[in-house]
Amino acid sequence: MSTFALTAVHTKYNLLETVRVPIAIIGSIVFPTLAFCLFVLPQRAVTENAEFATAAVSSMVVFAFMSAGLFSVGLDLADQRSKPWAPYLRTLPGSTVARISGLMLATLVIATVAMVPLLIVGGLFTQAHPALPNLLAAIGLVIATAVPSLLIGVLIGTTAGPKAAIAITQVAMFLLAFGGGLFLPPMLFPAWLDTASSFLPIRQAREIVVGAATGTGIPLWAVLGILAWTVVLGVLAVWLFRRDEGRRYR
Amino acid sequence: MTALIHARDLTKRYGDTVALQDVSIDIHAGECVGLLGPNGAGKTTFLSLVEGLRMPSAGVVRLFGGDPRDAASRTRLGSTPQATALPEALKVREVLEYVAAHYPAPTPRDRIVEEFGLDALLAKQCGALSGGQQRRVAVALAFVGDPALVLLDEPTTGLDVDARRALWDAVRARHAAGCAVVVTSHHLEEIEQLAQRVVVIDGGVVRADGSLAAIVASVARRRVTLTGVGPDEILALDPTASLTVADGTVTAVVGDSDALVRALVTRGCAFSDLSVRGATLEEAFLTLVAPGDSTKGAA
Repeated sequence: MSTFALTAVHTKYNLLETVRVPIAIIGSIVFPTLAFCLFVLPQRAVTENAEFATAAVSSMVVFAFMSAGLFSVGLDLADQRSKPWAPYLRTLPGSTVARISGLMLATLVIATVAMVPLLIVGGLFTQAHPALPNLLAAIGLVIATAVPSLLIGVLIGTTAGPKAAIAITQVAMFLLAFGGGLFLPPMLFPAWLDTASSFLPIRQAREIVVGAATGTGIPLWAVLGILAWTVVLGVLAVWLFRRDEGRRYR
Repeated sequence: MTALIHARDLTKRYGDTVALQDVSIDIHAGECVGLLGPNGAGKTTFLSLVEGLRMPSAGVVRLFGGDPRDAASRTRLGSTPQATALPEALKVREVLEYVAAHYPAPTPRDRIVEEFGLDALLAKQCGALSGGQQRRVAVALAFVGDPALVLLDEPTTGLDVDARRALWDAVRARHAAGCAVVVTSHHLEEIEQLAQRVVVIDGGVVRADGSLAAIVASVARRRVTLTGVGPDEILALDPTASLTVADGTVTAVVGDSDALVRALVTRGCAFSDLSVRGATLEEAFLTLVAPGDSTKGAA
């Protein structure tokens, strides 16, 4: 079976397994909207300004996709690798890439569903009303720019055991979200932090999505940066996954 | 003709521990080979190298003439997950489909269902299955891809007698239809039921490789315990006995317990508390002296 068809198979069964644990899926879907209601909605200075509100909703969506990538992929993969089903799957005649891609796609599907209530709340309770083409472009781009986060999840899930993965993911998520300008808008950063931040894939994803949603344009440096990250992380992830021999104990 | 499995001087080390040392085995189409050895002997390590799960530290392993780490080499290979490994949330039907999707020409599902008696289980989630049912599904998965070679690692551990026989029958039917089978076990009975050729692995090395009858004769041992007789007397009667003494009770692992008991009686030895039972494989291995290895055995 082709890698493409096998990816679809892995995606299907990953989703099926997730859907069978309802609390997990409800958690993933509610969390971004809840965070938005608690942290952004109370700030009238943001919600009543169309551009700020659009940027805030965009940032929260980027955050949702990033945390889905780190948590769902990283922790799921670490968990799967600690169980004997994963080595069995590796004995089947299927490509490694199909298995990673299936997990990544399933995560993207759930993150995309989780975006819907967030966009509805944003549209109803803030001044964020992007033009339809901008909205659609931003939705497409947030999915595409989530790939580096998913790949970071793959790296964590392939190198760490389940308990270590939780700790690493939490630290990575905090650093990336803050450094990427998702907690605090980059316009408030000092110059040095702004420069450092622009090298992070999350900051690049934020600039691309905010730029598309507000219609202020997508900076070229962000596009080049995130493409470079995607290639480097992708090669690293495939290499790690291939040489993986399962969980090691000392 | 190329061997399905070709291993030459295969060595696997985990840090300082040597799990497998210079193992050379060829397994050909249609064979049914038992890998026999106590726990920790290196059986599972050998299978993990053949399945491409791990890389050898030294030596060569080929599967259908190719590198086992190459997915294309595993197209005609079937293996079993550990029974408890089945994804709990998925139904049995879904697991069968999931695995079948990996193979170019899988066995029709109805045939698998019939062979392994899975009809009543198809709509159940794997988490809801009993241990025996999980094991049946796990073994069935090895045959989903219509393989030319299956690796069965301890296939019937924990099953009751009926379930074990049913599973053996299903595996034998596939073997009769031309599928090569490699089965590992530390139960002699399981090996006797399935294998025609037996490879004995202990301490990471191949101790013996031969026909079922020859190997069974060489590892079949009885364990005789008794009091009132000294170890020297027993050694005089059976020089091959492997002896341990604790609190005046002598335990002798011997090849022919009948002869030993007859000799004890003939000599008029004042023994008491005699008991005789089949030695476990671990006990038998302690007495099995491999060629060129005189440190093991009679102690």
